[in-house]
Amino acid sequence: MTAEETAEETAEETAQVSAQGRAVGTPSPRVDGRAKVTGSAAYAYDRPVDDPVYAHPLQATIARGRVIAIDTVAAAGVDGVLAVVTHRDAARLADTEDAELSVLQSDAVAFRGQFIGVVLGETPEIARYAAGLVRVEYEEEPHDTELRADRTDLYRPERVNEGFATDTDEGDVDAAMEAAAVTVDQIYTTPMEHNNPMEPHTTVAVWDPGGGFLGDARLSLFDSTQSVHAVRSTLARVFGLRPDQVRVMSPYVGGGFGSKGMPHAHNVLAVLGARAVPGRPVKLALTRHQMFSLAGHRTPTIQRVRLGADEGGRLTAVAHEAVEHTSRIKEYAEQTAAGTRMMYAAPNRRTAHRLAALDVPVPSWMRAPGEAPGFFGLEVAMDELAVACGLDPVELRVRNEPEVDPESGRPWSGRHLVRCLREGAVRFGWEGRPAVPGTRREGRELVGLGVASSTYPYYRIPGSRAVVAYDGRGRYTVRIGAADIGTGAWTVLTQIAADALGCPLGAVSVEIGDSDLPRATVAGGSSGTASWGSTIVAACRAFRHAYGEDPPRGAEAGGEMPRDPDAKRFSMHSFGAQFAEVRVDADTGEIRVPRMLGVFSVGRVINPRTARSQFIGGMTMGLSMALHERSVLDHRTGHVINHDFAEYHIATSADVMDVDAVWLDEEDVHAGPLGARGIGEIGIVGAPAAIANAVHNATGIRVRDLPITPDLLLH
Amino acid sequence: MDARITLRVDGRDRSLTVDTRTTLLDALRDHLSVTSPKKGCDHGQCGSCTVLLDGRRVVSCLTFAVAHDGADVTTAEGLVQEGEPHPVQRAFLEEDGFQCGFCTPGQICSAVGMLEEVKAGHPSRVTDDLTGPVTLDDEEIRERLSGNLCRCGAYVNIVAALREEADS
Repeated sequence: MTAEETAEETAEETAQVSAQGRAVGTPSPRVDGRAKVTGSAAYAYDRPVDDPVYAHPLQATIARGRVIAIDTVAAAGVDGVLAVVTHRDAARLADTEDAELSVLQSDAVAFRGQFIGVVLGETPEIARYAAGLVRVEYEEEPHDTELRADRTDLYRPERVNEGFATDTDEGDVDAAMEAAAVTVDQIYTTPMEHNNPMEPHTTVAVWDPGGGFLGDARLSLFDSTQSVHAVRSTLARVFGLRPDQVRVMSPYVGGGFGSKGMPHAHNVLAVLGARAVPGRPVKLALTRHQMFSLAGHRTPTIQRVRLGADEGGRLTAVAHEAVEHTSRIKEYAEQTAAGTRMMYAAPNRRTAHRLAALDVPVPSWMRAPGEAPGFFGLEVAMDELAVACGLDPVELRVRNEPEVDPESGRPWSGRHLVRCLREGAVRFGWEGRPAVPGTRREGRELVGLGVASSTYPYYRIPGSRAVVAYDGRGRYTVRIGAADIGTGAWTVLTQIAADALGCPLGAVSVEIGDSDLPRATVAGGSSGTASWGSTIVAACRAFRHAYGEDPPRGAEAGGEMPRDPDAKRFSMHSFGAQFAEVRVDADTGEIRVPRMLGVFSVGRVINPRTARSQFIGGMTMGLSMALHERSVLDHRTGHVINHDFAEYHIATSADVMDVDAVWLDEEDVHAGPLGARGIGEIGIVGAPAAIANAVHNATGIRVRDLPITPDLLLH
Repeated sequence: MDARITLRVDGRDRSLTVDTRTTLLDALRDHLSVTSPKKGCDHGQCGSCTVLLDGRRVVSCLTFAVAHDGADVTTAEGLVQEGEPHPVQRAFLEEDGFQCGFCTPGQICSAVGMLEEVKAGHPSRVTDDLTGPVTLDDEEIRERLSGNLCRCGAYVNIVAALREEADS
């Protein structure tokens, strides 16, 4: 291939889906909408299976130590119990490198709630009753679950999540802070939080042992996952199978928000159970309680943010140092301060991450890992700086707008934060904001407005493949093992395929959620539309290239995710401005949020209907994070004591009034063939800070610890 | 202990034998393969399992099946009449009142039951006049649907869907 051909191919690969497309940009109703509102959409547990077995897990009731005796005799003797599997008799795993997935392989207990066995019964009632009859004796060791910034055992992880550098240090932050006319130096904390998708993590596993003329063993699963291919490859490795011996299906997924982004211990436990009753489907649905120990969580953070500025509010120093926890058996290091590296112009900048490895469940991804907690610290600090400088918080941010990415020095592919802030200020009525905090009272209520910036990186993950097939009668099928966890991906991918093929929306069916489909990357990092969408564009172009406009019956062509040459030349991020109004009851401290508005810049929006839902859904979760959510670890027992919806509060209808989102009409010409940068997570980023800043504006009380509860406002 | 019961589910009489420990939700899901009511918490805290039991909305995870021999149960699937979605289901589609869809059948059953309660004049915590007819404004809708959690955060659109219904 000549250089010219390569250049041509690159240009063709990266050419954007043009505006002449008919489906992209329109608010198409969800292709899965009718199935969802009528209840016919079958989630993992709902799939009909013959002769099911029900699994009820056994969990450790200590936070650290060993199981020295486990008496399963009474449980095994219950009529209808098929097996009780513990570390004594569980199948040995082929790969135990991932300690989270090394289930029932030893007597060690590394956190409270860890699996120590599973009971398999003919009915859920039998399995659960029998589980209660198992007697366990432990040798308990002292445990430690308390995150503090003054711990002497904090360590520096090699990298943090998404491969970011652990620390950065540019210029001389200490000297700049010393010399600055105005400074902010505060500690901000965010609590342990749990994803809590409405659908509990569920696996239905069937083990077909094969052997003899039956051929190889086969493992099939209905699983609630954000990535069928990640579950397949991981379980294949753990159980010593080839990937083609494993099939994972999940057409409908009841939310995930990161917790279903990678397999967890329950997947392995279900398969261990299935191996004990070969040929029968084993149904394992975690209870809501169990999810608090076994399905990941957001690490608590302690963040020190230092800002130095001149009298005009121009930043001279930005430092963001975060302390987090991880589990002792598996490291997860979140990138709390990574977003700060590119956010504002300042010659002197420092970020750092330190971890405490504790006897806690394994933390993992939760919607906008890094940015969601990190931008609480940074954006509340920016509000404090605005107050210290006597500047409007919108104006302060405008003055610190960097021309190029301060960290990499690269030009922006499209940074429109200032437009978002200005547009939002007009739409929200920002000029009516009380200039002096705590001065607007209406009846019993103190009223205030707050703002915060938002950002999220553009992630496009290579590794997906799509296949397009034609049935000879006007219908195209596009196959890709993607996941729609509520994002609207199914609909959006259909729109993209229709435009890329140049055919009506109704002529395209997209098949997703099955590992027998061409491999696809995870529904995570707001990367789905850009990654799978560009893959589908490539497949559709290959199809038209091979068959033209009049393909024969059975015509089929595939494509891989095209390269992304601009990703290395530009700094690519989405941005947004979050506005909130709060009303605080002066007598009770009750906080209400009558209005929130987000203005976002995300490149091209493929479907305004599902996009708006994603934005306001993220903002609603941000409201929930601001006012309600906190997992309470009892350090005496290592137990999350508020492990249900009665005590772990998430926002409900009565908490959520007017939440609206708008976006700039644009496309990012550097963001692949779609010009879209991803929208699933940016809605939560900055929302808690906007509410905290509005609370300050309403009351004059600065809250630096989430969640903001009424007691904090009763002084 | 087992018991033989009959339930009328979505217009069909269904006889089944249940363990007396079996909840109505598990009877529907595990025994009758009626899976539109979902199990989100099994503690009556999330509302995903809401069905209409003899016309009233209940969380089916908090009641035993054996206590409802002869009862009439309507799930979201049963709200579809002759292939046509119920007006509330159509309003959810119109306003994009859901994302992952897991809480949706419960939200819809809850909303249908709620509209009947309003019609019957039942007051809620936010109703000013406890004796007169109820005006179904946004505050009333939000209050009355707060037993149904949605982690995707579709509340604004759900309220819009029901505002449409209240106006019609």
